[in-house]
This record gives sequence, structure tokens and C-alpha cells, in this order.
Amino acid sequence: MLHRTVKVLNSEGLHMRPADKLVRTAVGFQSTIELEREGQIADCRSIISLLTLGAMQGCELTLRAQGPDADAAIAAISHLFESQFNENQSNIQQP
Amino acid sequence: MKFSVFVSPKAIRAQLSSNTKEGVIKELVGALVASGDISSDDQEDIVRAIMKREELGSTGIGRGVAVPHTKHASVEKLVGTVGVSAEGLDFESLDGQKASLFFLLVSPPDRPGDHLRALENISRQLRDDQFCRFLRQSTTAEDIQQLLEEADRSQFGS
Repeated sequence: MLHRTVKVLNSEGLHMRPADKLVRTAVGFQSTIELEREGQIADCRSIISLLTLGAMQGCELTLRAQGPDADAAIAAISHLFESQFNENQSNIQQP
Repeated sequence: MKFSVFVSPKAIRAQLSSNTKEGVIKELVGALVASGDISSDDQEDIVRAIMKREELGSTGIGRGVAVPHTKHASVEKLVGTVGVSAEGLDFESLDGQKASLFFLLVSPPDRPGDHLRALENISRQLRDDQFCRFLRQSTTAEDIQQLLEEADRSQFGS
């Protein structure tokens, strides 16, 4: 199983729209992908599961993937975190 | 964040009469006006803002649940309500299923943490099949209120 630490950089945290983007990315891979915060594990294919993490800005999470495309999955999801889910430029008024 | 912190008991609606997305949003925002949590002067603007947020992607998150929400400068603290629709309705949810449980949230623009903690609590409770089933079967606001209180007391209600 591959893993990497990712950090929530966007000011609004891992709220609904970033979680939605994360799910849409995760379902494109065959691997199982999960995020862990302080022992709590979320399935990246489920928006409800991701929202239970309550991950705010600055929060560090462990990203794990297992499967044939685990490498690519880790890269794609890490990129989402690094790019702040592309939300900092627009829609500042909307949570 | 417990339900009791952000759900206004007087604004809970057990039998929503609307059968459209916009109708339900209007009905629940109206309930928050009737309960005194938001001003009637802001009612239309809040409905518009919530509908605009829906355009970015439905807040129907699956399991028959939707969490329509917006930020609005008129509120000083996070306010929310819960509505149940017996038949359910098309909310353009991510999983394509009808939505029957609604958690509507209006939060101050400068408090993203509170919004996130409310979402965290809602989603934790939703993982409990029994909670979802009982909520769907609730026919009075009192039943819903009682269920939320029980959830607040449970181990997940942090």
C-alpha cells in the first residue's frame, strides 16, 4: 500500500465541493483510496465519508492507495490538495 | 458540532409539502424566517444564494440526503434546520437518487470552521442507517427534535 501525507491548504477546508472533486477523481481509479485523520479513515469514493473528517485548513492527512494504479491515484489526489482544489480564485462567497 | 448548536427547533419541518428543489429550499428558508432566525428582509436573497450554490454542483450527497447551504452576511452565527419529505424529490443528487432528508445551513462568511464542523456532524450521523431510517419515518417536528437530541448524546455527536 502506497501512502503520502497531504495538507489541506485551501482556507475553507475539505468542505463539500472539494470533497465532491475528490470523489470524482477517486472513482476514476481502480485502486482503493483512503484518507486518514487522527485514526479516522475515510473512503475517497464517498462524499459522506470524506465530510466526516472535518478537515480544516492546515490539517494533515495520510493518503493511502492500494491497487494496480495506486501510484497515479496518489499523484492525482495529492495534486488536488496542492492546487487547493482550484477554488481559491473563484466563488469566494460560496462555501 | 452538535445539532442543538445549529438546528433551530422551531424551524424543523417534518412534512415538507414542496416537491421541487427550489420549493423545498424556499420552504425551509421560510421556516427559518418564521422561527426568527433570519430576517424576512433577507429571505429572498438567501434563497437566491442557496440556489446559486446548487448550480455549482448539487448538495445532494447521497443516502437520500441533501445539505443546501450558503454563506450570508446577515447571520451572526451558523443557523440551520431539518426537513423531511415523505415522498422524496429530485435534487439532482450525486447518486441519482431522490432526496428526502434536508439539512439547510446558513453561515456567517467568516466562519468556515463552523460550517465544516456542522457538515462533519451531519455526515457522521448519516452513516448510521438507523438514524436515517428513523428520521425518514418522523411525522412530527417533535419526533425529529428528539432524534437529533439522541444523536447529540451518542458517541458520534461530537
